Amino acid sequence: MIAAETAGALAAPNWFVQNAWVVVLLPFVSAALTLFLGKRTPGKGSVYGILAVGAGLVMSLGALLQFVQHGGATYERSVDWFRVGDFHLEAGQLVDGLTAVMMVVVTAVSLCVHVYSVGYMHGDRRYTWFYVALSLFTGAMLNVVLANNLFQLLVGWEIMGFCSYVLIGHWWEEHENSSAAIKAFITTRIGDVPFLFGIFALVFATGFASSNILEIGELVAGGGASKALVATAALLTFGGAIGKSAQFPLHVWLPDAMAGPTPVSALIHAATMVAAGVYLVGRMFTVFVHADPFVLQTVSIVAGITAFGAATMALVQDDIKRVLAYSTISQLAYMMAGLSLGPAGVTAGFFHLFTHAFFKALLFLGAGSVIHAVHSNDMSEMGGLRRPMPVTFWTFLIGSLALAGIPPLAGFWSKDELLAGAGDGHPVLFATLVVTAALTAFYMTRAVMLTFFGDYRGHGHPHESPVSMTGPLVALAGASLSVGFLGAPQLGAPFGRWVFFEHPHEAEFVPWVAALSTGLVLLAVLAGVALYRRVREPDPVLRMGAVSTLLVRKYFLDDIYWRGLIRPIRDQLAAAVYWTNQRILDGVVNAAAVVTRAAARAVHVFDQRVVDGAVNGAANTAGFTGGLLRYIQSGNVQRYAAVLFTGVIVLAVIFTRI
Amino acid sequence: MIRLPLVLSFSAFLFATGVYGVLARRNAILVLMSIELMLGAVSVNLVAFSQALGQITGQVFALFVIAVAAAEAGIGLAIVILIYRNRETINVDEVNLLKW
Repeated sequence: MIAAETAGALAAPNWFVQNAWVVVLLPFVSAALTLFLGKRTPGKGSVYGILAVGAGLVMSLGALLQFVQHGGATYERSVDWFRVGDFHLEAGQLVDGLTAVMMVVVTAVSLCVHVYSVGYMHGDRRYTWFYVALSLFTGAMLNVVLANNLFQLLVGWEIMGFCSYVLIGHWWEEHENSSAAIKAFITTRIGDVPFLFGIFALVFATGFASSNILEIGELVAGGGASKALVATAALLTFGGAIGKSAQFPLHVWLPDAMAGPTPVSALIHAATMVAAGVYLVGRMFTVFVHADPFVLQTVSIVAGITAFGAATMALVQDDIKRVLAYSTISQLAYMMAGLSLGPAGVTAGFFHLFTHAFFKALLFLGAGSVIHAVHSNDMSEMGGLRRPMPVTFWTFLIGSLALAGIPPLAGFWSKDELLAGAGDGHPVLFATLVVTAALTAFYMTRAVMLTFFGDYRGHGHPHESPVSMTGPLVALAGASLSVGFLGAPQLGAPFGRWVFFEHPHEAEFVPWVAALSTGLVLLAVLAGVALYRRVREPDPVLRMGAVSTLLVRKYFLDDIYWRGLIRPIRDQLAAAVYWTNQRILDGVVNAAAVVTRAAARAVHVFDQRVVDGAVNGAANTAGFTGGLLRYIQSGNVQRYAAVLFTGVIVLAVIFTRI
Repeated sequence: MIRLPLVLSFSAFLFATGVYGVLARRNAILVLMSIELMLGAVSVNLVAFSQALGQITGQVFALFVIAVAAAEAGIGLAIVILIYRNRETINVDEVNLLKW
């Protein structure tokens, strides 16, 4: 059964590490159970997902314990899936510190979202189906995290894309939502095509022998593949990450994806799926590091543009979820920027992914709680909610401060580590990231002020959400407060011993970087508070003339795509393809049909006349001769006797030869 | 001592008479009687050869033939009676169901 088992360290893997694949299986099983039994189960099926993901979280923590005790090693285990010639495809698990951390993040956020949705989606007409998709998504994401080869990873990757599509379009009765779902699906697919070719390039580099991530890593690190091929493969793979992690220029789908239910935004479009692109780059990091430096520079440029651009666009949004969406894009770019620093930044990048997952999920769920109360996404219809919704307010505030990077919350430690890494020889990137950090603090302050302070501007009487919704908020707020210390240099930064590239990472505390970023962030927060203490009409961010227009129109990127790509393709290319299809392809098909029909008719005639003629002829001949012979059998016994005697006489004559 | 050819000639004549009776008569009783004639001819043949060859086997066989003939006549007459009861005739031309 076990085809390969490699342990990178002396410590024997514990039970949870050996059986990590069970964590992947559990949500798939719960998805199937919910699908088939959900509507007949009390509570309409949410219980399966909660139990499965809860068990997954326990197992993931057990697996993480291995790395807490023994540091980062690699445990691989696989079975042969199938073999084609020299190429053999495995189904297996690759568990290292990165995997264990990601498993904990995915199952923890997914559990919070599963529980939260009990309250948020209460009474929804497709409640059970929603849970099916949530569980299926969780299983697919865990499959991406645990896969030990690229094809297995791609399977989970695509299932995630499908689930994202289904969940964004959950309320498809409104055309806007289904359009957003299609936009998200197609835009990420544009990234998936290069990714697929990147996989082909890497498998080609192994001589079509394997798609195993570790084997490919060894091959590339050992110089067994040509420089050009490795660089191409790395760039193509990064294309997949651009699509999934909503990086420039394919970021346009993520803000529109906010059309989905808010728990979905928290799980898929903040904490897990969009982080899969970053995870992919980290998983294939050997390839990126050993490729031409040009590749990591590209990653760095894309990350810088995305981080800054998305943060500026977040300034002018009125929809609270869109603020968070642009913030997510910006923070994902932060992680990418960390990875682009090479081995020095990989731990920082992943630490930011780790902390960001908690506080961004918290912010989304908090926003969901607010939306649940006021029945609107627009911050212009909110305000003053801190009194009716104290739990939501305090947790949202903690999440905002963590995102802004106020010490000692989670975001501070991860962002600071990133900035310290970038400050060491990457001045342009460093400057971009510092400015982005200040912008982040400003737009989060604006969101908090508009939502929770001032007077209520909406309709009805908002009230606090049920316990099933506030419970996950409190849990995530606790995580946002505490997980930062895992990477605090003063406490030894244990995170660097679990997740690192090649050798354990020592986080260093650079006082001037911390002081600079914290100072700017505090200034931005104060500016935000001062500007939004009272409601001003129009919003100050919209009074910057051309700059505001540029930001509101999203740098005209959607318009460029619409005019430059979608309309020409839809109106002209599609029409041409339609014409070709109707006239030429259908012509060929129809001609084939006509020929086939004629041939069939000829065969029919042959069958009726010749084959059936032969069969019927044989039968008729037998019938005719039988009719003739019938007359001999008269039933007259004496005639039989006469024939008998005649025969005897004839025989007697013959045998005696008389 | 009667000479063998004479006896065989007699037996052949008797057999031929029986054959004629079987083929030509329409009355089932007469057909049965003709069969008895043929059997008698055969018995005569057997006895004659037994005498000529000095072996007793032929005579034993003749006794068997007579016994079997008696049984055959019994069954045959019973069949004729049943046919008569069913069809009120014993004309063999009209009893021709044994066909097709």
